[in-house]
Amino acid sequence: MGEMIKMVVVLTILSVISGGGLKGLEEWAKPKIENNVMNLVKGPAIRQILEAADNDPVEDRFKIQDGEEERNIFVGVFGGTADTVVVEASANGYGDKVAMVVAINMAEDSLRGMAVTTHKETPGLGAMAKDNPSFAAQFVGKNIGSPFGVTTDGGQISALSGATITSRAVCIGVNQAVETYNRLKPQLEEQIKGMGK
Amino acid sequence: MAKSFASEFTKGLWKEVPPFRLVLGLCPVLGVTTSMKNGIGMGLATTFVLLCSNILVSLLRKVIPAKVRIACFIIIIATFVIVVEQMMQAFAYTLFLDLGVFIPLIVVNCVVLGRAEAFASKNGVLKSTADGLGIGLGFTWALGLLGAVRELIGTGSLKGDVFGLIHWDVPNIFGAAFEPFGFAVQAPGAFVILGLLLCAMNLIPSK
Repeated sequence: MGEMIKMVVVLTILSVISGGGLKGLEEWAKPKIENNVMNLVKGPAIRQILEAADNDPVEDRFKIQDGEEERNIFVGVFGGTADTVVVEASANGYGDKVAMVVAINMAEDSLRGMAVTTHKETPGLGAMAKDNPSFAAQFVGKNIGSPFGVTTDGGQISALSGATITSRAVCIGVNQAVETYNRLKPQLEEQIKGMGK
Repeated sequence: MAKSFASEFTKGLWKEVPPFRLVLGLCPVLGVTTSMKNGIGMGLATTFVLLCSNILVSLLRKVIPAKVRIACFIIIIATFVIVVEQMMQAFAYTLFLDLGVFIPLIVVNCVVLGRAEAFASKNGVLKSTADGLGIGLGFTWALGLLGAVRELIGTGSLKGDVFGLIHWDVPNIFGAAFEPFGFAVQAPGAFVILGLLLCAMNLIPSK
């Protein structure tokens, strides 16, 4: 009986100390991690696709409620008017989730660009979605009225050679971003009205 | 005492280097060694977990009841793995992006649990510290070497840094005509090159 109690006590104490310590660590690390993701992954990607913008889209961002989720929206100012929003999206690729940022021109309902941010695709094949700029360039200027797809599925995007699954995931992600954008459009227009002066 | 400390430390560096001599903990060995940088980063993360868990297991070896020792070891190891994961995200985020899923998997790395069970739970703190450090650093150089060979063959050059402290940049050692052998940085290449390294290791007597 004594041994039994000892086992329970030791395991409980160990778990409590471990859990409590880790919670503290998480609280401490969380802002640093969010900062890193913004600075090292999303920030550079967004600045790159909105290179010609008059403002810094990473500075001019806001959060918007989308059902259960809270989404980050980045705003780009072109020629004095805030007409571009950047929406985040992700889709299942060959490895893990392929995350991306998609810039949409609100005035023309077309894509200003997209970039893959985080992914776990095969180096040299699927990873080219991020590393090869000509793949992402295919999306620039395309109208968002019809969904995107790779040419083998009857779409208009040429898949990366040897990485059809990744290419498909990128198209699905972009379509998701467009859906989010369409759903939130009225709120987005309201939000960015005053910006870009 | 001083002599045994040194011998516990050095055995991990050569005689019992986990991937090559014991052929243990191969999941990260094959998974993350696409470059020297990733190999060393993963090795150091594992070293930290191994060192901390060895020390704690050794300290608590009289308190932990024998029947639930594995559960206790796993709690201790898992805690330190999460510490590493959070710290890496906070301070070395680019490395975390490369290592990704393999960091949480240190929990089930049999090298870590193996040292806790076979060594730290039976030996004093000082010896366990030496053992953890030695095995960890042995693991690190093994991963670094495998990563370096794969990166050299796969891309023709070596480039990277360790937590921004040490940098290296070896451009195209095979000359401009070299065609990168992409096979080496993919999963099957890991098996082939690990096999060749094991073969080379066996040619050198372990004494």
